[in-house]
Amino acid sequence: MTSVPAATAIVTQDTCKSFGDHLVLDKVSLAVEEGTILALLGPNGAGKTTMVRILSTLIPADSGSMRIAGHDVVTDPDGVRAVIGVTGQFSAVDNLLTGAENLQLMADLRHLGREAGRRRVAELLEQFDLTDAAHKLLSTYSGGMRRRLDLAMTLVSKPRVIFLDEPTTGLDPRSRLTMWQIIRDLAMSSVTILLTTQYLDEADQLADRIAVLDQGRIVAEGTPAELKSRIPGGHVRLHFADPHLLHSASELLPAAAPDLNQLVLQVPADGTVDSLRGLLDELHEARISVERLTIHTPDLDDVFFAVTGSHVTAELKGDPAPQGAPLS
Amino acid sequence: MTTLAYTLSDSRAMLRRNLKHQLRYPSMTVMLIGIPIVLLLLFVYVFGGQLGAGLGAHEGRSAYLDYVVPGLLLITVASAVQGTSIMVAMDMTGGIIDRFRTMAIARASVLTGHVLGSMIQILVAIAVLIGVAFGLGFRSAAGPLHWLAAIGILVLFAFALIWLAVALGLAAKSVETASNTPMILFLLLFLSSGFVATATMPTGLRQFAEYQPITPVADTVRGLLTGTEIGDHAIAAIAWSICIAVVAYLWAIRLYNRRRAAEPH
Repeated sequence: MTSVPAATAIVTQDTCKSFGDHLVLDKVSLAVEEGTILALLGPNGAGKTTMVRILSTLIPADSGSMRIAGHDVVTDPDGVRAVIGVTGQFSAVDNLLTGAENLQLMADLRHLGREAGRRRVAELLEQFDLTDAAHKLLSTYSGGMRRRLDLAMTLVSKPRVIFLDEPTTGLDPRSRLTMWQIIRDLAMSSVTILLTTQYLDEADQLADRIAVLDQGRIVAEGTPAELKSRIPGGHVRLHFADPHLLHSASELLPAAAPDLNQLVLQVPADGTVDSLRGLLDELHEARISVERLTIHTPDLDDVFFAVTGSHVTAELKGDPAPQGAPLS
Repeated sequence: MTTLAYTLSDSRAMLRRNLKHQLRYPSMTVMLIGIPIVLLLLFVYVFGGQLGAGLGAHEGRSAYLDYVVPGLLLITVASAVQGTSIMVAMDMTGGIIDRFRTMAIARASVLTGHVLGSMIQILVAIAVLIGVAFGLGFRSAAGPLHWLAAIGILVLFAFALIWLAVALGLAAKSVETASNTPMILFLLLFLSSGFVATATMPTGLRQFAEYQPITPVADTVRGLLTGTEIGDHAIAAIAWSICIAVVAYLWAIRLYNRRRAAEPH
């Protein structure tokens, strides 16, 4: 790629990075259109965080070209820093300051000016539901509140390109939904977002496009719909009381895979109520009683199985990540 | 705004942050100011009677108080820069430094915030120690100019040690290391003219004590405050301070700019 269209906010071409002998990124090429969300989906150790750290000027790539909003990451890092906002995996807040002071510090460092800075701080406290806790020290903040403050600090200068590294990891379900809504609202305001996640549903919910990263390589890329069409979909697991029932059921449903040890029959299903009702009716008519059933929706593991033919493996390989610092 | 204006504005923001940290983390601030005062009481009331007897013509506990105040002013500086080292290491091991690094702010402002904050802390601690010393009976014949010169020498030396502490804090892999390394300064203080005259030491030690940087600083401050002989100690004190400051500054900036490319996190 020799010319970069103006409408492409993030472009990487053949980005490589090794730590010692370990190849973390292997010729990663990405393009994120302005005003869209790209989800970088992958397990721990896939190289997601390394990619974000390179694009946000924290560490240099070994090779490849990277441009953010037209600024070259290598030759114009300050140009990049002026237009990006980064919320990393580890909270980047000042624990000895209050929420308001943290935001004010960002406003001062972004040179917003006295009045505009104060207005922006108040605005963000309101927007992120932190007004009541504004003057409390961070030691009293919950995990969700810290994450919201962290993101608010990133947004002080209204960055045009935002990197969110696993924005919901470690959050409770309610805080996770709040964070999703915040990210959706951001996308409405025409900023470009690159977010990393280990959760297929998160990528599905938020992203315009998904790039699947596995052991430093992009193994699949497309819209959530395109990607999901490549996944065999979910299945229903039927649990039986005895082997005879399992045997009868598997004769009735030839597409299903029986598991004799666990007395379970795994039936492909798309998870809709109609298909489930059809399945249960069929079993009922054949007088096969099912002890219980569980519904399984596609997850990251299914994506990986679909696009690489192997299940998520990076985690099990013993990455040379330093103690306490997950490499992803 | 120009680059210089940005640098000043960023440094001011970082200084404000540093001063807030000192207020929010009072146990450390109080300890760093308190240790020199406890040592002052210890040296004057426990050791002072005996040590003062060896001072020559003008002897006794109160004479030792006059002798030891410059040494404790330097202990104050060493104690405060230990705090600098800890604060810098805490910053570098925390997540917020990565945020600063992804922002278009003056690169050095994180460090200058620490340096200016420590300097203010040291001036306050020195004022407190001098106040306590006066309360205990310290008497100085020095006029305002001599006081100013003494404070100037201390500030210059403190500036050098702060940058050294910043570099040590940056070089430390953990906050624990950062709090231990500056201990070497305390050892150097005891192996100087800060607490006893170098003439009373055995030959090898005496030579070391006379040629290490703390002795000229202590002797210069003592001379300015109590009228003892200064000689060429003032020149040596200034030269040492500038040398340490320049080397430590360059080392600190290099450590700070070094991207942690080898660390996969």
